[in-house]
Amino acid sequence: MVQKLPRKDAAIIGLGWTGSILAHELLGAGLDVVAIERGPWRDTATDFLISYAQDELRYRLHHELFLRPSQVSVTFRNKADQTALPVRTWGAFMLGNGAGGAGVHWNAETWRFLPTDFTLRSHLTQRYGAKALPDDMTIQDWGVTYDELEPHYDDFEYLCGTSGRAGNIKGAVQDGGNPFEGPRSRPYPTPPMKQGYGHTLFAEAARQLGYKPFPQPSGNLSESYTNPLGVTLGQCTYCGFCEWFGCANYSKATPQTTILPVILRKSNFEARTECEVTRINLDRSGKWATGVTYVDASGTEWEQPADLVILCAFQLFNVQLLLLSGIGKPYDPQTGEGQIGRNFTHQTMSTALGFFDKDKYNFNPFISAGAIGMCIDEFNGDNFDHSSLGFVGGGYIGQIQTNGRPIETTAVPPGTPAWGSKWKQALRDNYLSTINCGAACHGSFYSYRDVYLDLDPTYKDRFGRPLMRMTIDFHDNELQMSAWLTDKYAEILQKMGARQVVKQPRKGPYDVTQYQTSHLCGGAIMGSDPGSSAVNRYLQSWDVPNLFVQGASTFPQNAGYNPTGTVGALAFWSAAAIRSQYLKNPGPLVHA
Amino acid sequence: MLGAVLGTPAAAVFAAGIDSQNFNQIERGRYLTIVGDCAACHTLPGSGHAFAGGRSIETPFGNLLAPNVTPDPQTGIGAWTDEEFVDALTKGIGRDGTHLYPAMPYTYYTKLTRDDVLAIRAYLNTIPAVHHDVKADQLPFPLSIRTSMSIWNALFFTPGPFVAAAGKSAQWNRGAYLVQGPGHCGMCHSPKNFLGADKTDEALQGYVLQGWFAPNITNDPRVGLGAWSDNDIVAYLKTGHNKTGAATGLMSETLSLSTSRMSDEDLKAIAIYLKDDSGPVQAAPPAPDDMTMKVGAQVYADECAGCHTASGKGLTGLFPSLSGSSAVQQNDPTSLLHAVLRGARSTATDAAPTAPAMPAFGWILNDDQVAAVVTYIRNSWGNKAGPVSAGAVGKTRSALVERSD
Repeated sequence: MVQKLPRKDAAIIGLGWTGSILAHELLGAGLDVVAIERGPWRDTATDFLISYAQDELRYRLHHELFLRPSQVSVTFRNKADQTALPVRTWGAFMLGNGAGGAGVHWNAETWRFLPTDFTLRSHLTQRYGAKALPDDMTIQDWGVTYDELEPHYDDFEYLCGTSGRAGNIKGAVQDGGNPFEGPRSRPYPTPPMKQGYGHTLFAEAARQLGYKPFPQPSGNLSESYTNPLGVTLGQCTYCGFCEWFGCANYSKATPQTTILPVILRKSNFEARTECEVTRINLDRSGKWATGVTYVDASGTEWEQPADLVILCAFQLFNVQLLLLSGIGKPYDPQTGEGQIGRNFTHQTMSTALGFFDKDKYNFNPFISAGAIGMCIDEFNGDNFDHSSLGFVGGGYIGQIQTNGRPIETTAVPPGTPAWGSKWKQALRDNYLSTINCGAACHGSFYSYRDVYLDLDPTYKDRFGRPLMRMTIDFHDNELQMSAWLTDKYAEILQKMGARQVVKQPRKGPYDVTQYQTSHLCGGAIMGSDPGSSAVNRYLQSWDVPNLFVQGASTFPQNAGYNPTGTVGALAFWSAAAIRSQYLKNPGPLVHA
Repeated sequence: MLGAVLGTPAAAVFAAGIDSQNFNQIERGRYLTIVGDCAACHTLPGSGHAFAGGRSIETPFGNLLAPNVTPDPQTGIGAWTDEEFVDALTKGIGRDGTHLYPAMPYTYYTKLTRDDVLAIRAYLNTIPAVHHDVKADQLPFPLSIRTSMSIWNALFFTPGPFVAAAGKSAQWNRGAYLVQGPGHCGMCHSPKNFLGADKTDEALQGYVLQGWFAPNITNDPRVGLGAWSDNDIVAYLKTGHNKTGAATGLMSETLSLSTSRMSDEDLKAIAIYLKDDSGPVQAAPPAPDDMTMKVGAQVYADECAGCHTASGKGLTGLFPSLSGSSAVQQNDPTSLLHAVLRGARSTATDAAPTAPAMPAFGWILNDDQVAAVVTYIRNSWGNKAGPVSAGAVGKTRSALVERSD
C-alpha cells in the first residue's frame, strides 16, 4: 500500500552536487523542496574524521563510501552479441552514495571543456570533412555553447573556491595559465596549489619541449576561502587522500563544504536519506510528472507528489529511472532510433611510469593532493591538427601524482618479483624516485552507435526492477588517440631524466575491472533534436516538461577533461532557466 | 469558566497599562525575550509550540520542567495579572505567593525596569495560547518544599532594579544592564556556592555546568577576554566565530536563540562593559614537567596539527586558534577535555553557516595521552595554564559517559 504525502513544489532525486545546487537555487526562488537520497546522511564532522580519514584499506580497497553492489549493481558486456553479467565488485568506476554523492569522493579536478567541445560534430565536420569521422561515431553538438555556459562555470568555481591560474581572461591570454581554454570572465577565486618536485620537473621538461604547462585547476584549496554563500573552506594539507576518501580538513570542495550547510538552514528544505526513488510518476497523458515514488529504509513505499521533478542521481541511475518510468523512447542500436540509453561514454585513460635514479631524485610522492599537478593542453580536443593522425579527440597530459598511498602507489620496474624480499627491496629503491601518475593522459571517449545502456533482460534489483545493462567497448579511434597521447607523455618523462620509462597506453577490450575514473557519461543526452536527445539545451525532458535531468548523463560525448566542472556549470545553467523562464510559465522551454 | 473569562488577553491587560494595540511595546517585548533567552527554557525544542514549556532544566539539585508561559488561562499565564507577572520576574514570587526556584533567573531579572517587564508581558500576550499542563516540580525533598526558597532568598537574593553607575557612559551602563539583568550571563559564567547561589565576589570568573566550563568572561588578559577587542566580542556573539575563536557547547544554543539575534549596538555595549573589569589578578600557574610536554608535543603533531597547525594558530573561520586562546587556558580544563574526548561542533549562524566540528579523540587517546596533549596546548605558544593530570582526564571521561547530550 503506497502512502501518499503532502505535495511539494519540487522533488529532487539524489543529493550530490547537482541535487544540492538545484535545491539551493529553487529554495532561493521560494519553492518548497524535498531531496530524496538513496544513501545515508554524511557530514565532515561526523563521518570524515581526521583521526581515521586516511585509512586506505577501509576507503580505497573496501569501498567504504560507495554504493554496495548488493543494493544495486549493473550488468556489463563489450558487444551486443554477448551476454551481460552483473558487476559484483566495482572496478572500472566507483558509484557514489549518500549525501554529497560522488562529490564526496572525487579528486576535485575542476576543468572547463573547450569551446569546440560543445559544437563537436559541426566543428570537426567543418574542419576535416564529414568523411573524417568513423561511420558509427554518433557524436553531437550539445545545443549549448561555451559562451552561454561561461557565467555558470564561474558560478561553480566560485562556489568551490577553485585554485588555479587563468589562461584566458576575456580573450587576453595569460602567462602561466592554459592558453587553450575558453575566455573566462575573471581569474580563479584562489591561486594555484603549491607543486611538488615531480610536478615542477615535469613543467620544466614540458617547457623545454615547447609546450605551455600550467597548474591543474583544483578543488583542493591552496588557501582558506569563504564562498558567496558564506561557507568557509580550509587550506589543503597535501595529505594525498582525496579520491575515494572524504576530506577531514574542510579543504576539498564538496557539497558538504560549500552548499549543504546553507540549504540545511532553510525552512523550505527537507532531505530524506536512506530513501530510494523507484519511479517518476506520470499523469494519464504520460506527458507530465506528478511526483515520485520511493521506498524508505523500513521498506515502506511512499508517493511524493511534486509540481517539478529534478533527476539528480548518478549517470547510470538517471538513465535507469527514465527507462523504468517509461519516459522517452528506449534507444535501439539496430535502428539508431530512440533517445534513452544512447551515446554512453566513459574516459580513455593511460599513463607511463617513470623510474629515476634514486640517488639524484626524491619526489616525496606522499606530499600530494587529488587535483595537484602540472598539465599541458596542446593535445586536447581539437587544439592540434588531426588531419594526418587517423583519429579525432585527445586529452590533457599532466604529471598529476595525486597520492603516495602505501598500498596502491607501489610501482616497481618490470621484471621485479611480485612479492618477497626482492619486491620489498625494489619498492624501497623506487618509492621516492618514481613518477607514478595513474591518470597522466586524460583522453576523450567519443560516442558510438554500439555503445549504449538498456535494461537487462535477466538480472533484477531487490525491488524486482531490471538492472542497467552496459554495452561498451573501445573503438580504434580512442585506442590510437591513447597510444599517441601516451607517447607524448613518455617523451616528457624522458626529458625529465627518467632512466626507464614504461608506457601503459589504454588497450582494448574495455575491462570493467580496471579503474578508469568514475566519469560515466551520456545515456540521457542533451541536444537540439528531440529525435536524438533526451533533454533540450536547458536539460528539460523533451517528453515530460516538468522533469529536468542533471549531470553527466546529458553529455553527448565525453571530452578529454574531468567532467565535474561542466556538470556544475550545466546545473547552474539549468537552474537559471528554471528560475527565469520555467517557473513563470511551466511548460516546454524549447519548441521542437 | 472563570479562567476562560480572565484569560482573554484584552481583559487581563487593560488594567495595568499594557496596550495590545501598541506595536512599539510588543516589539520591545519580543526583543527582550531574545535578550533574556526565554525560549531556551520555555520552548521545548522540536515541539513547534513557542513558550509552551516542558523542557527539562538541569540543576545540580535535580531537574525542573520549565512552565508554560503562553496565554493559556488554565495551563499558561493567561489568567495572571500583570502584577503577578512582575512579581514573578523581579521577586521570584509566583501566583498566590508561591516561590519560584532560582533556575528561573529572577535574581537577574530583578534588575529589569518595570516598563521592560510589562513589554515582555505584552509580547507574550500575542503568542498563541497552548494548552499544555507542565508539572514543574521534580526536585527531591526538602527542596520540593517551595517555602524553603524564602530562606534561600533571604540569604542570597538582593531584589531591586538596576541602578546606573555614575561616571560611566550610557553605553557602559546599557551593557551592565544587559549583562546583569535580562542577559543573565552570570547564570552560567559566575561561580556558585554549595546552595547554587552566585558567589558575587567572583562574578563572571567561570563555572562548570552540564559537562562544560562556562569560561571566565572578565577582561583578564590570559583567562578572560583581554586578548579580544570589542569588535571580536561582537563578532563572536553575532556569528559564533571571530578571528581566533568559535562557540561551542552550551553557548551554541545561547548564540542561536539569543545573541546572534541581538542588535549590534547592544552587543557592543556588552563588550564595553565586560572589557572594563579585569577581575582579580590571577596567580601564576605551576609549570608542567618536561616529559609531559615532550609527549604532548608528539600527540599534538600526530593528531592536532593537521587542523590547528604547528603554530597553534588554526585557520580563521574553521579551526580555532589555540595560541593565546583563553578557552584553553581556563583554570578549569573541563571544556578543553570535553572537546578532546568527545569532540565539539561549533555554532552555525546565518552569517557563518559552516559550523565546522572537532572530532572526538577519546576513543584513540588514553588518559595519559590526553593529559599530556592538553597540558602541552595549555603551555605552548605563550600559553600558561596549570598541568592537567591523567586522573582529571579520567574523571571527566567518566562524567561524559553519563551524559547523553
